[in-house]
Amino acid sequence: MYPTDKLYSKDHEWIQIKGDVCTLGVTHFAQEELGEVVFVELPEVGQSYDAGEEIGTIESVKAVAELYTPVTGEVVEVNEALETAPEAVNSAPHDAGWLVKFKLASDAPPEGLMSAEEYQAFTEGEGS
Amino acid sequence: MVDFAGWEMPVQYAGVIEEHRAVRSQAGLFDVSHMGEIRVHGPEAERFLERNTPNNVAKLDIGRAQYSGLMTERGTYADDLLIYRRGETDFLLVVNAANRHADLAILEQRAGLGVTLEDLSDQFALLAVQGPKAEEIVAQLTSDPIRELRYYGFLEGHVLGAPALISRTGYTGEDGFELYLVADQAEAVWEALIASGASEGLQPAGLGARDSLRLEAAMALYGHELTEEITPLEAGLGWVVKFKKGDYLGRDVLLAQKEAGLTRRLCGFEVVERGIAREGHEVLSNGELVGTATSGVWSPTLEKAIGMAYLPAALTEPGTPLEIQVRKRRLAAKVVELPFYRRPEA
Repeated sequence: MYPTDKLYSKDHEWIQIKGDVCTLGVTHFAQEELGEVVFVELPEVGQSYDAGEEIGTIESVKAVAELYTPVTGEVVEVNEALETAPEAVNSAPHDAGWLVKFKLASDAPPEGLMSAEEYQAFTEGEGS
Repeated sequence: MVDFAGWEMPVQYAGVIEEHRAVRSQAGLFDVSHMGEIRVHGPEAERFLERNTPNNVAKLDIGRAQYSGLMTERGTYADDLLIYRRGETDFLLVVNAANRHADLAILEQRAGLGVTLEDLSDQFALLAVQGPKAEEIVAQLTSDPIRELRYYGFLEGHVLGAPALISRTGYTGEDGFELYLVADQAEAVWEALIASGASEGLQPAGLGARDSLRLEAAMALYGHELTEEITPLEAGLGWVVKFKKGDYLGRDVLLAQKEAGLTRRLCGFEVVERGIAREGHEVLSNGELVGTATSGVWSPTLEKAIGMAYLPAALTEPGTPLEIQVRKRRLAAKVVELPFYRRPEA
C-alpha cells in the first residue's frame, strides 16, 4: 500500500527525490498512530539541516511527534496550506499532506532508508 | 486501547474530534463501566454520608442524585462522587475507578453500627448516552417515563426488558443519560443503542472525547483538578460545600479557608499561539512560575487549545496574560472564564 516512488525512514517519514529537490512527509502509519493532527510546526525557508536533525513538530489531539529529516539540505519550500488545514496530514499523508521540500546538499543517495516493501514489513513489526 | 485503572479502554473509535462533535450536535455512546458503585444502606446511612460529604444529603430526595465528595480531615477530597438516593436508608455512591478500593477502605473504616457497605462495581455495567438526541435514542429502548426525568433525576426501570437504573446525568456538558445495567446485559444494550441510534447520528465515543467534552464543560477530573491537596472551594465547587447542614469531616478547614479568602483558584486558560498545553506544563506570568496545567486539550468546539490550572488569586481575572511552557517553546495564553462551553438553552 506504500507508494514505491518514495523511500521511508524508521521515524516514519517518507521522501521523494526529483532532481536535486527532495519532498518530505510523514507516512500513513505515522498519521494513524498520531490521530487527528491539529498543528504542524515547520522550519523556515532558507534554513539548512543535516540528516538526523529535528526540523519541526506535528501535534495531534493525542500526542506530539518530532519531525526529523533523513537528508541534508536547505529548506526551499514548506506546505503552507497545512497552517489552515493540518488535517491533510491525516487525509493525504503521501500527497497533499507533504511537509517540506529540501534542496539536497549532495547527489549521493540518502542512507539508512527503506523501500516501500521494507517499510511495510517494518510497520507490521511495530503495529499496535 | 489503553490501560485505565486496570481497565482496557478505547481512546477513540472514529477519531476524537469526530466523536466529540457527534456528542455536541447529535449523540455519543460511552462505555464507562470502569466507574465504581458502592451501596451504602442502613438506618444510619444518611447520617453517615452527611458526616463524610460536604453537600446536603438530608435534602436529597429519593430518585435524585447529588454531586459531592468523600472528605478528608484536611478539607480536601479523597474522591469526587455521585450520591444516588434509592430509598430513605439506601444510597448508591458512584466513584472513580482508580479510587474505588481506597474509597471503600475509607468508608469501611469510618462506618459504624447501622451502616452497611457493599461494593457492587463488578455487578454493574455503565453506558452513557450523551448529546441533544440522547432522549430520543434511550426512549426507544424503554417504556419508562424517562422524558419526565429532570437533570440529576433517576428512575429504576428497565432497558430492553432487563432491570436498569436510568439517570439523567453525564460528564460532557450535554443533556444525556447514564444507564446502570446488570453487567451481562451491557453488550446487548450497547448493540441495541448503536442500531437504534444510528438514524439519530449516534456514534461510539472513547476516553479522548470524554476528556475534551468534560474539559470544555469545566468539569473536574479527580487526579487532575482534584487531589488530596486541593479543597473543593479552590476547585470552584463552592456550590457543593454547605456550611449550614451540621458538622462533617473537614468542615472547619473549609470554613476557615472561606473566611480567610482563597489564595489560589482553578482557572481556565486558552492558548493564544499555535500549540497545545497539556497536563503538567508550567504556567508562567511575566516569566515567573505561577502554576501547572491540570488538564489541557484541543477544543473541537472552540477550535483552540484550552486547559485549566490553579492560579494565585491576583491572576484569576479573565484576560490576564499568561505564558505556558510547551516543551521548548513558551506560548502566549490568557485566562478565560469557565466553563469554556455551555450548552444552548433548549
